Amino acid sequence: MGQHRIILEPGSADKHYWRDLWKFRGLFWFLAWRDILVRYKQTVIGIAWSVLRPLLTLSVMAFIGWLFESKVPEGVPRLLLVAAATLPWTFFSTAFSDAAGSLISNSNLLTKVYFPRLIVPASTIIVCLIDFLISFAIVLVLMLAYRFVPDARILFLPLFLLLALVTALGSGLLIAALNVKYRDFRYVVPFIVQFGLYVSPIAFTSSDIYNSARIPEVVKWIYALNPMVGVIDGFRWCLLGGQTAIQLEGFLVSIGISLLMLFVGIRYFRSTERSFADVI
Amino acid sequence: MSSPIISVEHLGKSYTLRHQRAEPYVALRDVLTDKARSVFRRTKPVVTTEEFRALDDVSFDVQAGDRVGIIGRNGAGKSTLLKILSRIVAPTKGRITIDGRVASLLEVGTGFHPELSGRENIYLNGSILGMSRAEINAKFDEIVAFSEVERFLDTPVKRYSSGMYVRLAFAVAAHLEPEILIVDEVLAVGDAAFQRKCLGKMESAAGEGRTVLFVSHQMDAVQRLCNKGLLLNNGRLVHTGPMEQVVQHYLQSQATAEATFALAKPEEPNHAYATELQVQDANGQAAAEIPIGAPWQVRTRFTVEKPTEGFVIALGLSTLLDLPIRTTWSEPRTLRPGRYEAVYTNDGIHLAGGQYKLIVGLSAQGRVLHYVPDSASITISDVSELAGETRILNTRSGMIVNQMNVAITPIH
Repeated sequence: MGQHRIILEPGSADKHYWRDLWKFRGLFWFLAWRDILVRYKQTVIGIAWSVLRPLLTLSVMAFIGWLFESKVPEGVPRLLLVAAATLPWTFFSTAFSDAAGSLISNSNLLTKVYFPRLIVPASTIIVCLIDFLISFAIVLVLMLAYRFVPDARILFLPLFLLLALVTALGSGLLIAALNVKYRDFRYVVPFIVQFGLYVSPIAFTSSDIYNSARIPEVVKWIYALNPMVGVIDGFRWCLLGGQTAIQLEGFLVSIGISLLMLFVGIRYFRSTERSFADVI
Repeated sequence: MSSPIISVEHLGKSYTLRHQRAEPYVALRDVLTDKARSVFRRTKPVVTTEEFRALDDVSFDVQAGDRVGIIGRNGAGKSTLLKILSRIVAPTKGRITIDGRVASLLEVGTGFHPELSGRENIYLNGSILGMSRAEINAKFDEIVAFSEVERFLDTPVKRYSSGMYVRLAFAVAAHLEPEILIVDEVLAVGDAAFQRKCLGKMESAAGEGRTVLFVSHQMDAVQRLCNKGLLLNNGRLVHTGPMEQVVQHYLQSQATAEATFALAKPEEPNHAYATELQVQDANGQAAAEIPIGAPWQVRTRFTVEKPTEGFVIALGLSTLLDLPIRTTWSEPRTLRPGRYEAVYTNDGIHLAGGQYKLIVGLSAQGRVLHYVPDSASITISDVSELAGETRILNTRSGMIVNQMNVAITPIH
């Protein structure tokens, strides 16, 4: 029985938190499974939606890029260039907003059962991974249509997907925890998503920014602070072959910001987690 | 004596109440505007806060195999205690040591999703309550049999009747096998037959040596199930001991609490007004809770300031939802100025357990002199005094518990 001994005291952070998290992995999968079932069960729109949304974003963004004559690397169709960016962006934006709202939408669970709360936002991201796979299949179809063959760099793609996941989880955890106490963060989420769509290299490429003589150095650095810049550059590098390049300094800054966000997100989440049921 | 399975030492839980806040959460804009205001005014915003102690210095031990009933009035801290023991909220003071796997059932069907089928919800709910997939697989058939919803296993639960929903939900919970089971008022749902089945299941769980902590307002259920009792009042532990004793103590402490209702003098009084109302047992003693089936009476006191002809005093009884049950009028009389009391004696109609509103009306020759709709209530407790009554009485069987005569004869 000793192995189940629990000591509850005010203020003390739970020493067995990570062990508990592992013990509750079953619940993690069940919650993800529930979200997937619900998403794809109710309607046909479920699947159609996860196909339609990236396609629409893709075409609009490609059109904007064409309109402003953003540069396309040699031998890469514009549609594919934009598709390689829409892919991680859609994943990030859905994962981030779902995770951010997850605690509120599961408040009935938080006030009635104990489990490490980290499970809730983390499990919503699984559903977004399924959506990601569907979008990825669309991109592959597009590549086939353009008879575009990616090179071996595509093997690095999971690494950049992981980076996108870290970014979404970090920022999602932070906003989810803030949302419990300050309910107006739910208005912040759509703003971040909308704003991000324009400051991330989706319609254009990072080279457009870094190589522009009109843009001051400071702005280039600010641009690099957006963690999704690193993710999207990475996706293009993996999928589109030799002609695309990653600007290393900017890329490292983006990764740094992603990891910092994950760290801050988990720290803040953990420090407020015990009072969730009191204030939600 | 072996070491306790649960040990609670000086447990306290307090909340800070912020006045003039309609919502429990703070909006960031409020924080920002407060800050902005303080910049401009150079004074700190006046926020009146008050510490509310939901639990205050509560200590007790529970031995393995004990079935502990936790009773007390609404707001006494029962649910807070269960939430802390279930690790849902953190204590603000004290220390709790728990030596075993805990499963808590604070609500029936936590996490049920209306779009998912019964089968899917069994897995989901089971895992939320802490069962592993293997455990659920092993118990699946038992759960289905217990719930009696075999035929609808693949129907989304949103199409279930509320009875089916509750049966399925309780069936999952009933098959938990933790060392410590924490249960909040969940038997209040479902029909009598199912309630009996649930109580039976909990009794057998206790019989297997499991530790059970049970909160309920149904004194008969608590008494049947539990051997030890905890009585909470205003966040403090006021009595512990054998369950029977604690229930007795509780009922006695209730008796003086809210049996007498002083009625405020109306702002523009007519020449007659009611001043006090008291619920009494058959001996004329004040009683805040009347055992179900026991005789009771209501005494009202009123003042008449001018000679009044055709004076009538009426007593109404209604449900908390304002559904009138009955009204009794006195015979019209002529009264001289003075103070009077009227006693209404209940004539053998037994109400089901629960709280009912008492309404007083004074009139003379059809003109209303004083009408008091919301000041007093009578509580019928669930402790049965009906001789030999073994049926579970509940509000689902109706407001009136007197049984009709039933004649069964063979048909030729």
